[in-house]
Amino acid sequence: MNVFAVAMLGILVTMLLALVRAFLGPTVYDRVLAANMFGTKTVLLIAVSGFLTGRPEWLDLALIYALMNFTGMIALLRFSKFENLAHDEQGK
Amino acid sequence: MEALREVLTWLLLVSGVGFCLIGGIGMLRMPDFYTRSHAASLTDTLGATLVVAGLAVHSGLNLISVKLVFVLVFLYLTSPTAAHALVKAAYSKGLHAPDVEDATKPRAGGAG
Amino acid sequence: MKRALILFSHLAVVWLLLSGHYDATLLTYGALSCAGVVALVWHLGILDMEALPTHLGLRPFLYLPWLFKEIVLSNLSVARVILSPSLPIEPRILRVSASQRTQVGQVMYANSITLTPGTITLDVRDGQLLVHALTKDSAEGLLSGEMDRRVAHLEARGAQREERAGLLGGHGA
Repeated sequence: MNVFAVAMLGILVTMLLALVRAFLGPTVYDRVLAANMFGTKTVLLIAVSGFLTGRPEWLDLALIYALMNFTGMIALLRFSKFENLAHDEQGK
Repeated sequence: MEALREVLTWLLLVSGVGFCLIGGIGMLRMPDFYTRSHAASLTDTLGATLVVAGLAVHSGLNLISVKLVFVLVFLYLTSPTAAHALVKAAYSKGLHAPDVEDATKPRAGGAG
Repeated sequence: MKRALILFSHLAVVWLLLSGHYDATLLTYGALSCAGVVALVWHLGILDMEALPTHLGLRPFLYLPWLFKEIVLSNLSVARVILSPSLPIEPRILRVSASQRTQVGQVMYANSITLTPGTITLDVRDGQLLVHALTKDSAEGLLSGEMDRRVAHLEARGAQREERAGLLGGHGA
């Protein structure tokens, strides 16, 4: 059996576990933590699947996804802190 | 040589995925948010490192392995920042946490 | 100006490694986008020792192997905790002091703590860190203060130089 297929299966199971935590909650922070973990596992999944299909160029997509995941995460936390994306203070 | 590389790829990928799975199990088993964040950092550090190292061993030394190193550097820079931002937000919003134990040392000399 | 040139050369190296195509058109695009990024950073006024800590030199690369060893060891101990049926955790929050003198040094220390599983930084304020530790072992590893010493050593000489030049921003101790 192909090693990359085995690795992808394992990463998919990990993503499933993260999804279960995202559904169980109980707080919004647990859900964000699970979503972030899901995102970083997606980066690994894209990298491994590029090797499985013999197209390692997909690593560029993995790089972009890593950055997007981080930016989205920080934006979400900033929103939850200030309830606004544009200003530093609440209700400005 | 080729066989050795194959074996090394298997070993690194399987152990890396194993750490990811352990982290996922920890996400479900841990009792509260702060302890779960430790489990999540398990998958982001050694899990990701071993998987990327396995791919790099498979591809050999070329531009592809350089890109793999970039992926790893991004993950290492962003994952602690994201984790810190998340727990800081949770802590400052008063999510239930254990009491603070003071373990500071008196600062030697003037403050910098 | 020196920092702008350093930033430009770093960006150029990253572009060349990521692109992999070396014909005239793409190299021109690369040079233009590197120059654009440098101009943007210059315009925002964030081209300082925080954005580009050149005063640290190459010493962080000597620190990385030790940090990686710590990451591996703490990964193994956290994995053992997760897999043991009784789940032997003793979560606690510790307030520890960071002996680094610059903000860059304190950020490096706080990020190193977060990067090692088993400890995570909750807050940084006035040279003190709030750290959540998962087990007794990880708390003891933190309290031994070796990481603190190593990061402080890392920035020591560079910080002295910046201090003499009067470039060190006060971080309020």
